[in-house]
Amino acid sequence: MTNWDAKVSEFKKKIECILPGKQWEEPYDTSHLPPKQSDVVIVGGGILGLSVAFWLKKLENRRGAIRVLVVEQDHTYSRASSTGPSVGGIWQQFSVPENVQLSLFSINFLRNINEYLAVVDAPLVDLRFNPSGCLLLASEKDAATLENNVKMQRQEGAKVCLMSPEQLQNKFPWINTEGVALASYGMEDEGWFDAWSLLQGLRRKVQSMGVLLYQGEVTSFITSSSQMQTPSGEQVVLRRINKVHVKMDKSLEYQPVECAAVINAAGPWSGQIAELAGIGKGLPGTLQGTKLPVEPRKRYVHLWHCPQGPGLETPLVADISGVYFRREGLGSNYLGGYSPTEEEEPDPTNLEVDHDFFQNKVWPHLVQRVPSFKTLKVQRAWAGYYDYNTFDQNGVVGPHPLVVNMYFATGFSGRGLQHAPGIGRAVAEMVLDGQFNTIDMSPFLFTRFYLGEKLQEYNIL
Amino acid sequence: MGFLRLGAREWNGRARGIRSMSEPVTPDSSRKKRTLLQFLSDYFHDIHALREYLLRKQILKGNRKNRSFADIQEKYGPYVTGALFILKQGGAVKYDSCHERMFQNKEWIRPNEHGHFPTEFLEFRKVPVEAVDASGCAINYQGMSNLPVPLKELRFLSLQRCPNVDDWCLSRLYLLADSLQELSLAGCPQVSERGLACLHHLQSLRRLDISDLPAVSHPGLTQILVEEMLPHCEVLGTDWAQGLKLEPDQQPQNTPAVSP
Repeated sequence: MTNWDAKVSEFKKKIECILPGKQWEEPYDTSHLPPKQSDVVIVGGGILGLSVAFWLKKLENRRGAIRVLVVEQDHTYSRASSTGPSVGGIWQQFSVPENVQLSLFSINFLRNINEYLAVVDAPLVDLRFNPSGCLLLASEKDAATLENNVKMQRQEGAKVCLMSPEQLQNKFPWINTEGVALASYGMEDEGWFDAWSLLQGLRRKVQSMGVLLYQGEVTSFITSSSQMQTPSGEQVVLRRINKVHVKMDKSLEYQPVECAAVINAAGPWSGQIAELAGIGKGLPGTLQGTKLPVEPRKRYVHLWHCPQGPGLETPLVADISGVYFRREGLGSNYLGGYSPTEEEEPDPTNLEVDHDFFQNKVWPHLVQRVPSFKTLKVQRAWAGYYDYNTFDQNGVVGPHPLVVNMYFATGFSGRGLQHAPGIGRAVAEMVLDGQFNTIDMSPFLFTRFYLGEKLQEYNIL
Repeated sequence: MGFLRLGAREWNGRARGIRSMSEPVTPDSSRKKRTLLQFLSDYFHDIHALREYLLRKQILKGNRKNRSFADIQEKYGPYVTGALFILKQGGAVKYDSCHERMFQNKEWIRPNEHGHFPTEFLEFRKVPVEAVDASGCAINYQGMSNLPVPLKELRFLSLQRCPNVDDWCLSRLYLLADSLQELSLAGCPQVSERGLACLHHLQSLRRLDISDLPAVSHPGLTQILVEEMLPHCEVLGTDWAQGLKLEPDQQPQNTPAVSP
């Protein structure tokens, strides 16, 4: 009842303004700003962010139940790790069983892509999938690990077979099998596809499902904290993100978006976003002080031409030395790259290509494995970022233990593209149901960084 | 409700146009033939939901015909399962000729124009199926689990003009690597050079027909690459002169006449 008279007089003043003949001050046009409220805000509109948005809308109980806002810094995706830069490969040959399950689900998703992503009146998605398989080579010391991995992959349902060096020489005569003790070859469900068309297909579908896509930058989070006690009597400070400040592109305007959950799918920049939410601000060695160990790492992809090179049957070959390559198109062109060791890491502050890198690091190993590559000519090269997890090169999925409504979907260190459908579904299940329903991704939770439990993946491309 | 049914029929005709690869979808072309449903769906959310439902049904249309025959496989064995699947789709099956004493004729078993076929083959659970002619059938990736998986001694396979056979289906053919000798993919609209690349597993293949594949971008070059990949196989493809446009003075080579 307080201020009732003041409110009435204010109201009367407003009515007087609208009456004809008076000065009408138009309310400020905010149609270019994101909405003031949204149930879920996804930071990052790349392949992982869009996949989470898609599954959130697909798994909701009622049509239109969840409002989703995706904030992406760069709508041209010029620095995105999942599009033009990507080699676009998908394979099931991993050492962690959950990764194999993710790949199997993803290949199923890609095979039935139009069942999932068809939009009325839009053209069907054509992924240009090359089912040529993936060939992993192993030296003497890694042969036992490879054999165990293949046994596990076959148990999960992947169609992988082991080959001895003689069988390898018979099947692919252009390989020099020196130093190779064992090889594993995927017969089916492996190959490479066009990442850009998947990204565009997802964008179109999520827009038709009612997700809002905004070009802007997340500059800060407004959080509130509360003191809680664990069952053992310890005091913990739990924090909730209440608002996300989204800054418009090329301006200082920002909009505070009130939200219930935030998904961190910012790829190489997830570490910065996590710091904005206060993750890692504390004494080192405590849970508060554990940072999100994801940082951008630069990776090159080189395109070369070699008329005497391997033929149409070439799979995606991953050599012992860390060099990998595959065919591109019909015209004797090949794409390839190299995963450098820690000392050889290129400088990630820019996306400039170091051409000496190919000459010194990639070419010698290529020629050693495929002698006909001696006459190759590099046509082009480009660089992209990996959202590299410095802890164990495997992704982070699920909520943070202290900032309770921030969920991660990042850190997959080069495998985010091929696992995107599975990861998106897992995060959506976590947000909607509070648990993983299909693939159990508990080994990928954040808490393993604090507990020091590494989830190491044997072969990284 | 009569007008809605009219709209659906018109719209279904338009949806077939979406599938054809030669037609680019430009804003002008979509404005020309707007059906009643398209117009209404801009204003009514329910119509939009209805159109989405119709689109989903369109896409899932092929699934019933390609459902898994696992229960039949348990009861009758793999060969009968494969044969039954093909015959139900409208294709033809031929049994191994050395077992011909079980048959009056060692000809193809085909369904007649009413879709009925002779059921004597249900008795022959141990007789391997030698040849399958699935031309024009609606077989897709899911249906392939009823075909190469059970029929291990298949020697001849014809998938001519199958509208749903795509690159994914071809990647399942590696299971027939030991036995398949003749394969025909002529006229399949969804097979591209990427699917042809995974035929290298079929080392027993002696005849391969890859003519008239509209989705292959460079037919002449693809044929050369496939011939290099399968050195013991005779590849029937497109007319050689197609790839030799730049050199008109060179004599075009003669390939065997192509007839699907």
